[in-house]
Amino acid sequence: MDAKDFNMDDADVAWCPGCGDFFILQTLKETLAELEIKPENLVLVSGIGQAGKLPHYIKCNVFNSLHGRSLPPAVAIKAVNPELTVIDISGDGCMYGEGGNHLIHNIRRNPDITNIVHNNMVYGLTKGQASPTSRTEFKTNLQVEGVFLEPFNPIAVAIALKASFVARAYCGDVEETKDILKKAIKHKGYALVDIFQPCVTFNKVNTYQWFKENTYYLEDSHDPYDMEQAFKRSVETDKFPLGIFYMNPDKRTFEENLEVYQEDKTPVYKRKADMDKLERLIASKR
Amino acid sequence: MILVRAIKLAGYYVFSSKEYMSRVRGGLNSTEIRISSKRVTAYVDRIDILLAINEGAIGHLGRRITKDTQIIGDEDQLKSVTGEYNVLKIPVLKSAEELGGIIFANVIAAGVISCMLNIPPAVFDQIIINMFARKGEKIVEKDLQAGRKGYQLGEELMGSKDFKFEIEKDPSVKDELLLSGTEAVGLGCLAGNCKFMASYPMTPSTPLQIFIAENGKDFDVIFEQAEDEIAAINMSIGAFYAGARAMIATSGSGFALMEEAVGLSGMTETPVVIYVGQRPGPAVGLPTRTAQEDLNLTLYSGPGEFVRVIFAPGNFKDAFELSHRAFNLADKYQIPVFILSDQYFAECNYNHPSFDLSNLVVEEHIVETTKDYRRYELTPDGISPRGIPGYGDGLVAIDADEHDEEGHITENLEIRARMVDKRYTKKMKLIKKDIIPPELIGSDDYEILAVGWGSTYGTIKEALNHLGLEEISFLHFKQVYPLHPDTVNYLDTADKTVIFENNASAQFANLIRMETGFEIDEKILKYNGMPFSVEEVTETLKSIRGL
Repeated sequence: MDAKDFNMDDADVAWCPGCGDFFILQTLKETLAELEIKPENLVLVSGIGQAGKLPHYIKCNVFNSLHGRSLPPAVAIKAVNPELTVIDISGDGCMYGEGGNHLIHNIRRNPDITNIVHNNMVYGLTKGQASPTSRTEFKTNLQVEGVFLEPFNPIAVAIALKASFVARAYCGDVEETKDILKKAIKHKGYALVDIFQPCVTFNKVNTYQWFKENTYYLEDSHDPYDMEQAFKRSVETDKFPLGIFYMNPDKRTFEENLEVYQEDKTPVYKRKADMDKLERLIASKR
Repeated sequence: MILVRAIKLAGYYVFSSKEYMSRVRGGLNSTEIRISSKRVTAYVDRIDILLAINEGAIGHLGRRITKDTQIIGDEDQLKSVTGEYNVLKIPVLKSAEELGGIIFANVIAAGVISCMLNIPPAVFDQIIINMFARKGEKIVEKDLQAGRKGYQLGEELMGSKDFKFEIEKDPSVKDELLLSGTEAVGLGCLAGNCKFMASYPMTPSTPLQIFIAENGKDFDVIFEQAEDEIAAINMSIGAFYAGARAMIATSGSGFALMEEAVGLSGMTETPVVIYVGQRPGPAVGLPTRTAQEDLNLTLYSGPGEFVRVIFAPGNFKDAFELSHRAFNLADKYQIPVFILSDQYFAECNYNHPSFDLSNLVVEEHIVETTKDYRRYELTPDGISPRGIPGYGDGLVAIDADEHDEEGHITENLEIRARMVDKRYTKKMKLIKKDIIPPELIGSDDYEILAVGWGSTYGTIKEALNHLGLEEISFLHFKQVYPLHPDTVNYLDTADKTVIFENNASAQFANLIRMETGFEIDEKILKYNGMPFSVEEVTETLKSIRGL
């Protein structure tokens, strides 16, 4: 397969020229092509924001949901049809702000989905307010004196919850990002991939150059199965490490835990109502 | 439930309803059990026998206790009851303590009444065995002892006073079902091929969640306790998108959290079935009491304009059939469909003939997609065939934003207008052809028309039976939205109309006025958290009739 197989030729792309989202879009297409995932078997679920529009620019099944609410439908889609590849893709506002509760509990649930979060440390669609990941002292039209809230650290939170796969990428590094995404999609269980991405219009601080200067890749010697080490690395903020921080191989997925799949692997959506069984259940109420 | 089951198995018609405080343990709670030679499905004020196992019971039940009420209970608990009442003292609590704790008082009390009704002890014992088997032999043995103690106390009681129960039995009752309103809905949902429920526990919808969770394994239903109500409804919409019929069960405040996603269902034209067990609000309100206060909430939930259907079952047959129908309708029209219940209806029990499954069809509305599939293809009737991801060669794109026929985000204002025509105008025409008419009970030739919706069905119907007046009929709505076009004809025919609602603002009367221009004359509104009683409705109708 080729990345072009995922092209949407007539898509009216709403992103600003130079937006980091373009890199993520192209990298994702290449990743999917290299993994030979057919558009018909792929569902992209997103929320609202500039990142939430990405599924409209890629050929596949799409569930563009409400702001912050992409994870609940994503987990349900995977649960009723485990044969689909489900990728939840949205921004830092959606996933870490509005939908924070769903993030926490889907890490606990561990559905076999990939959760890509565009992290540009600013709200783009609403024109430049702070996001949960904005750095302190970042001035905006609403945070007029600058942000003073502690920035949300998704990597540390995910590791603390023993997420089954936790990684961070930088969109400017296409090959490295593709490598991380491939591993995340192939990983069985919930995979969080936080992708640093500059907003060229509303974030004049965290630019391409800033991300280049303030990130580095975890060494090959980093053991992603060592939770304590992973956590230590996740709280580094002088320079932000990139790569796979943590993997938890012991977790059963949400679908594997569901009673309906213990004996029969047929996706639930294919199963019919059993009226004979219902007759018996009703009769038992005598 | 032991006693209710015993009564039914003995061949009596039975109805029970409970009212209780919102506490994990204790408080002042009561269960009303009606034993009858005829079918009974409604709450009454009158108390013939009060078995009080709590000191506060007499005060708690207040004016419902009269000189005709036979009060039975422990000496210690009934000390404060004065001479004007009819009191018989038996050691229920004392015997329970002797058996190992007051926890056995309920079984002893059940035994007393069961004995008084001349129910064979073997029937009673079998119910205890069935009910407690899961808890182990020791517990079964203890409860059997408690039951026998109850029978012994019952026999002593019958010997001490000239009690006579002359309630005719009907052997056919034994073969009927004994259900709660919740179970009737739950069975209907299974019949409707519900395959997914995500929910967050909240009284009085939790029993339906438990019903689905318990039956999940046998009926291939995924039940997931969501992190919050917002997640619950978004999950269920996701499940329906992917091809599994899905629902959520919630209540007032919980549903308020779900409102945004009702709009998602409307916008993306993804079906969802929403069960709302009403209780008095606002906010947390009275968690364990009953109300019909959330018609407006469900009717107007979600931003923007889209269509919905709201059912409000009034009896178990309706509950079963409407719940089944909710899934077909949601699937067919790709809309949210509501089942509006309440605490009273969800938690009352009575015997009911078995349900007929022979005519129930699980309609197939999902299409296999082709390469050129467009989820929101504009069709003459407004319904775009609904495909699901992974079934066929096409792609299924849905969007909470305004979207084009392919399901992709658009700001083309011409497309916008056409999508509104499709989602609202055209679909409204369709669902209006599919409305369940209100049920007229009584003569066609009425002067006074009593109106009710949802759970008041049994109560108003019984009140009418008591009155036995040709000139009063009852119009019951099991579909409260959209309204059937015959509504106004029924109302116009009456000289006087009177509506009974468990709310303070006459929500359904207001809806009728808004839709038809008809103003209902009398609004009888009860909003203290208790259901209408048969006596209340009877007296009200009498006074309206000038009797």
